[in-house]
Amino acid sequence: METKYLTGNEVVVDAAIAAGGRMMFGYPITPSTEITTEFAKKAEKNERLKFIQTEDETSAGFGVIGALLGGEKAFTATGGPGNILMQDPISMAEAMRLPFVGIITQRGGPSTGTVIYSQQEVTLTCCGGNGEGLRVVYSPSSLQEIYDLTIKTFNTAWKYRFPTFLLSDGYMAKARQKVEIYRPQYISTTKHILGDARKIVNIRNTYSQEEELNEILSENIRDFEHISRDIADYDTYKCTHSKTIIFAHGSAAAACLEICKERKNVGLFRPITLQPFPDSQAKMFAKRAQKIIVVESSAGQFSRLLKNSLYGISTIYLEYQRPALGIFEEELARVL
Amino acid sequence: MIPKCFKKESLPTYFCPGCGYGIILKALGNVIDRLEISQRSVIGLDIGCSLLAWDLFKVDTIQTHHGRTTPVMAGFKFAKPESVVLALTGDGGGYAIGLQALLHSAHRNDLITVILVNNTLYGMTGGQMAPTTLPKEITETTPSGRNTKKTGLPFLGPEIIKILTNKHAYIARASIRNPLKVEEYIEKAIKNQIHGKGFSFVEILSVCPINWKTDAKETFDFLEKIEQAYPSGELKSNE
Repeated sequence: METKYLTGNEVVVDAAIAAGGRMMFGYPITPSTEITTEFAKKAEKNERLKFIQTEDETSAGFGVIGALLGGEKAFTATGGPGNILMQDPISMAEAMRLPFVGIITQRGGPSTGTVIYSQQEVTLTCCGGNGEGLRVVYSPSSLQEIYDLTIKTFNTAWKYRFPTFLLSDGYMAKARQKVEIYRPQYISTTKHILGDARKIVNIRNTYSQEEELNEILSENIRDFEHISRDIADYDTYKCTHSKTIIFAHGSAAAACLEICKERKNVGLFRPITLQPFPDSQAKMFAKRAQKIIVVESSAGQFSRLLKNSLYGISTIYLEYQRPALGIFEEELARVL
Repeated sequence: MIPKCFKKESLPTYFCPGCGYGIILKALGNVIDRLEISQRSVIGLDIGCSLLAWDLFKVDTIQTHHGRTTPVMAGFKFAKPESVVLALTGDGGGYAIGLQALLHSAHRNDLITVILVNNTLYGMTGGQMAPTTLPKEITETTPSGRNTKKTGLPFLGPEIIKILTNKHAYIARASIRNPLKVEEYIEKAIKNQIHGKGFSFVEILSVCPINWKTDAKETFDFLEKIEQAYPSGELKSNE
């Protein structure tokens, strides 16, 4: 174990390598750029690492897919408009159950927007494709958690074979904090999907019968539901006895936590996975409270996920939405 | 003779009657047999008519997204440099939606072999204009014939790739009228990859009687027009 003073983007690179990440396909885009540049620098010094700068995010994502098929732990990092282009390869990975690893640093949108912060890529990252959103999405709330969850992102992707994302944002990407860097206890194994000389593998992406596709999809949906119990994760602070519970994720949750520490009777429920969502636990705590406040830097993308979980309960439900703006303790304190 | 690397149970293929793919895939099969590379090859198939070959070979294959076969196969080659990596695509997939990836793969000199079939239109979707559509050619999106003033001239893929690549690339164009040339160029393109030289690209002029709405004679008459617009031969060969 070693304590380092790093930016969020540098933490991602250290964690990716610790998790066995060997190849990165990247295209520069703020605020994820330093993940690309730091990995490129490390790859120059370490011949076990390979870095490829592609012509766009589309090719970065499809390059990752090619490398995964060849059994390499490959990944990419992007945000904003890059995340949009990335949905093309991510949909393919979702359809074929490929262990796609993406680090998403959210920025303001739509379009080019701002380059530093928002929580507006929740819906896109969870459900961006022309499918059912069979993806795992981790939302870290501190730089230490970026380290822990980046490792988990690789492990989950390769263990369960669903596209898996670390959904960070520009605040965390650019912030610098002390982070404990450690060797992970568990690192998932890899295997190549194509290119094993002992057997012939023909993988299809196209179906001529609706029933054929439905059969494959149903199996994938069943698998996803089954593993959701293992993967869904959350954190709570003073949730058991507080009358008011704030629901928030990521950077916004970090700001909310500070308020909860100061105020009596205010707790925090923070989903660590946005997909699968910790439904039953969210509902259990929400039921006990008198009031819920949903806090996010978006016009309700997180709240929509939460409403699915809380359907049917009668607790007062309030929303504090700051699309593309940071959540500041002082401002939030005024509405509580 | 049916190539040994064909799966007999997958015959007959899914391609339309009269399609040029039969000749192209047989040529590719013969080369895979001759070089004995079926076990270490991987074929990426673009969305378009090429996807119909997905289970034809006793070779690992994957259907990708439209225009995205080149970056997938380049990524695979980076991960497994010892494998023989082939990308099969059409002129829409390669020269329109996937052009950026194709040009940059060529420009980086990725060690992959791309086989692009030029039949002057989008076949799978029912015959729309492709970058390769000939002047005045009637397609579903050029009902009174391609107007080159509005839509540009026929797209010269190999000629463009030639400019972008270094001397180690292999670039050629052949017509299915001459299956032996098709086979020869595919073999050279694959060998160029195996020998670690560079990016290898073969454009193959093919026929699509279903979308051209031509009988046998008209089909070959139109192929002749295509051959005049797109000269066959090796554009870059480092032998």
